[in-house]
Amino acid sequence: MDTKKYVIRQISIFSENRPGRLAAIAHALGEEKINILAFSIAEANGFGVVRALVDHPEKAHDKLLSMGFNIAFTDVIAVRMKDQPGGLYEVAKILGDSGINIEYSYAYSGKEGAVLILRVDLVEDAIKKIQNSGATLLERSVFH
Amino acid sequence: MKCWDPRIEEMPKEELQRMQYKLLKSLVYRLYSFSPFYHDRMKEQKVHPDDICKLSDVHKLPFMFKRDLRDNYPDKIFTATKDELVRYHVSSGTTGKPTVVGYTQNDLNNWTTSLARGLTSLGLGRGDVIQVSYGYGLFTGGLGMHYGAERIGATVLPASVGNTERQIELMQDLGATAIACTPSYLLHIGEVAEKMGVNIKKDTQLRTGILGAEPWTEGMRNRIQDWLGIRAYDIYGTSELSGPMFTECAEQKGFHIWSDIALVEIIDPKTGESLEAGEKGELTITVLQKEALPMIRYRIGDITTMEEGICACGRTHPRIQRIQGRVDDMLIIRGINVFPSHIEYALMAIPEVGEHFQIVVERKGALDDMLVRVELNKESFSDKINDIMKIRQKVEHRLKNSLNVNVDVELVEPGSLPRFEGKSKKVIDKRLM
Repeated sequence: MDTKKYVIRQISIFSENRPGRLAAIAHALGEEKINILAFSIAEANGFGVVRALVDHPEKAHDKLLSMGFNIAFTDVIAVRMKDQPGGLYEVAKILGDSGINIEYSYAYSGKEGAVLILRVDLVEDAIKKIQNSGATLLERSVFH
Repeated sequence: MKCWDPRIEEMPKEELQRMQYKLLKSLVYRLYSFSPFYHDRMKEQKVHPDDICKLSDVHKLPFMFKRDLRDNYPDKIFTATKDELVRYHVSSGTTGKPTVVGYTQNDLNNWTTSLARGLTSLGLGRGDVIQVSYGYGLFTGGLGMHYGAERIGATVLPASVGNTERQIELMQDLGATAIACTPSYLLHIGEVAEKMGVNIKKDTQLRTGILGAEPWTEGMRNRIQDWLGIRAYDIYGTSELSGPMFTECAEQKGFHIWSDIALVEIIDPKTGESLEAGEKGELTITVLQKEALPMIRYRIGDITTMEEGICACGRTHPRIQRIQGRVDDMLIIRGINVFPSHIEYALMAIPEVGEHFQIVVERKGALDDMLVRVELNKESFSDKINDIMKIRQKVEHRLKNSLNVNVDVELVEPGSLPRFEGKSKKVIDKRLM
């Protein structure tokens, strides 16, 4: 099975926890006409990590790097959820039963329903298990 | 009593300076003859005691630095024999060796006299109960203040540091009217008292604080005075001079430096040139009558200004103002000396962070709080919060090990810390603002 097409490149940006940092990132991406499809902010004491799925990750990477940001690519997967009670449970159970750890996750309301973005420790295993269970993974091409 | 020794304290300036000249001249002769260290230094500087013909000729003499004491550990510069020494004090050094100070009986007498004049000048005397809450032991604060307080006929409560609740009980039960301690310890005492339901203003007889051994500000003075209902006086000294030595008088307008004990110069730290009265520079002191460990033109490293005019209290001796900073950026954090250069050195050995840094020192409650801001390197950034937390812990751990003091670390974006050309301003000491 070709699992690669389901691996999505997320950009992660290190940011100090102070006013204006997200605006600086968003402005830079806007200037480059890069669309943000999904994003989240993880906050720790004094700093944060901004994570985003964008339509042009390479372009976003180069732009933010040139501005001095700490930026890295991370592989994530996207699962379509039923937008109804129990939808998240179904996906989480598949991974939990298979011993796959979710490091973090965030959801967004996609054009055709709810989508869960997952960062897991075993990406390939997760893709196989999710597919075998009949749930729908979104391909990379949906995003970029 | 207004003055401990009015003859000296109110002596006309010209007479004081004549006395200083005589003391300087005999000091220089004595050291040239009996101290190999000073003999060699004077030879190097091509100055002979005969060249000292007036007080301002002190400028011809060589400087002495803290490193001279360290290099001559423990007692190579001493000019007294074991027979003549009556005490040692040792200052804690976080880097390299500590410095040892020896005292003859005359040295102790001069130290005590200096404090007796100071304590009298700020209104203490017979009938006062002075709680000495500086550490007793190798540190000069406790014992120095102890003997000074006894000399003026006050009753000493030698409480030392710690066991704060008991200190507060004793303060109440024995009617302490004054306390000598660090300003941060007094704040701590105030906080503990409040928790115990003791209102220092109403429930104690405390009315005077003699506070020093760390930097503090006018703002903090006002806060302490308002909160605790006392008058708070600054005291200055270092172990090299003997210990805590010079206090403010009741006017609270700077420390009176007794001219028969010390000759003060304010110099430009870069050129070593003397500055005019009122100009800000490095405090340089010649202790005129020291026997065991003489100090000629000792560069303490503290930045201040000197006031030559006669004080409103009538004393004619020069005053120096509250210490405004350090020549070498040295910080005193919870009583421990911290040099930014050591922080730089420690950071250089950690590949995950850059070499630029900024130190922010604040007083949070009663404690000094040091934050080091450092840039996270591009290569070490991963998406995982835990990895970044681990880097931060590693930096905190390394800094703590090398500085001996707890440090908070904040990781910041690369390129976000200010860059400086020439001398950088890496320290923001909010305690001095």
